[in-house]
Amino acid sequence: MPALRYLKDVVSLKAAPELCLGCGLCVEVCPQGVLALVDKRVVVADRDACMECGACMTNCPAEALWVEAGVGCAQAVLNSAFGRKGNACCCVAEPRAPQQGLQTSLDAAPRRKSSGCC
Amino acid sequence: MNAGPQPMPLLSQVPPQEPLSCCGAEESCGDPLAQPFVLGAVDTPAGPVPQVGGELSRADHRGTLRVRLGFGRHDYKVVPGLYALNRPTPDSPVLVSANYKLSFDHLRREAHDLDAWLLVLDTKGVNVWCAAGKGTMGTAELAGRVRSSGLERVVSHRKLILPQLAAPGVAAHLVKKHCGFGVSYGPVLAQDLSAFLAAGMKADPAMRRVSFPLRARTVLVPVELTQVLLVYLWLLPIVLVLAGLGGLVSGLGFWSAMAGAGLRAVGAMLLAALAGAVASPILLPWLPGRAFSLKGLWPGLAGAALLWGLWPGAADAELLAWCLAVPALSSFLAMNFTGASTYTSLSGVKKEMRRAVPLQIAATALGLGLWVYALVAA
Ligand code: SF4
Ligand code: SF4
Repeated sequence: MPALRYLKDVVSLKAAPELCLGCGLCVEVCPQGVLALVDKRVVVADRDACMECGACMTNCPAEALWVEAGVGCAQAVLNSAFGRKGNACCCVAEPRAPQQGLQTSLDAAPRRKSSGCC
Repeated sequence: MNAGPQPMPLLSQVPPQEPLSCCGAEESCGDPLAQPFVLGAVDTPAGPVPQVGGELSRADHRGTLRVRLGFGRHDYKVVPGLYALNRPTPDSPVLVSANYKLSFDHLRREAHDLDAWLLVLDTKGVNVWCAAGKGTMGTAELAGRVRSSGLERVVSHRKLILPQLAAPGVAAHLVKKHCGFGVSYGPVLAQDLSAFLAAGMKADPAMRRVSFPLRARTVLVPVELTQVLLVYLWLLPIVLVLAGLGGLVSGLGFWSAMAGAGLRAVGAMLLAALAGAVASPILLPWLPGRAFSLKGLWPGLAGAALLWGLWPGAADAELLAWCLAVPALSSFLAMNFTGASTYTSLSGVKKEMRRAVPLQIAATALGLGLWVYALVAA
């Protein structure tokens, strides 16, 4: 089976190897094999494979990675274009805000809206 | 969105020991012990914990089939909280799951030979991957759930095993800080869990990759198809009536136009659905191009060619109309499959949509115009 590859040169992933601590967690959580460690510093080895899931950014303790994380779902993009909060697709289209500064803190994970629950 | 500082969900707002049934009138709330798949309860220092097995009942299988076909996907939930899989001890691993019942069932089936604790987060009935993207499967929910379930009194260790696909929502280092439990990311697929545990919580690189094999694409087809057909339920009658009205104008008569061009339209649109929502997902790796809208074009064109051969008697304008509309529809439906696929990025989807959507709309509009012209001129 030919490998499935998405579009070339579009992803927003950025790495700052100078901040990297070499912990390797980003390499571990990336589901697409995008990142690698070379001399204990992160490198983007396969940029076009990145699906902008944000796992690397969320789990990097040194904030050495940045990506405009979101879900690649056309229906969600349409829904948000029409201002619908559609359920048709399980996902949201809006990119999650990248973390900035150290007060990424508690919810470096994307925040919950006031969902009224628990 | 999310620009600027936001009030954070305070972890301390989750009172420890709070029963986890505070989600209003939703079905996922209530007594975890009263759920049909719960076998009994295991006594722990944190109170009784509902026990489940690794075998799915007939009702579980029926539920799986139902949501796989695309019905009731948004309300198929498990009450969040701690569960015992088989007969866990304080040393047993803690596996974290979403409260989408399909995810939960999948996990307990794949882990059926393990004794483990299952910590089910409130992801609003959404699967791990999407919930991580939305943030419901997130650091705050996880740390809060660890506390409210009294996990630290149930197990002797301080380790949580998360599905790797939860990583977009969960910051491992922050979980540790907020509830004292360390996070290990398990394999992408639950079926590799036993191997992962046996290897001392090590996943080989292949277990860390998301792939999108034929099987995974195929099980998604019914949902795609159901979605289109639900739209067709109201769209096709409209098209049939339009054809009939065209027949009145052309003098062919309402019913005979409906039976001719009308039924042909129904056939063409069903063919477009097959091309875009069935053939495209299944043939995905072999279809030329990278953009899904481009991949969907080819089955659509094949369908159009088929129609040309099938209906030698139809007017040229009508055939031409479908040669535009069928590929456009197929391309659109294939593009919608980006959401179900496992490797598309939001930036990429936006880029392909900026190019493809105007073309799809133009082709459909032109096709519609030609079709109406053919009807009236017949
Ligand atoms: S955003 Fe996701 S796919 Fe891209 S490099 Fe990070 S972890 Fe990998
Ligand atoms: S997670 Fe961050 S610190 Fe750790 S290796 Fe990756 S980039 Fe470096």
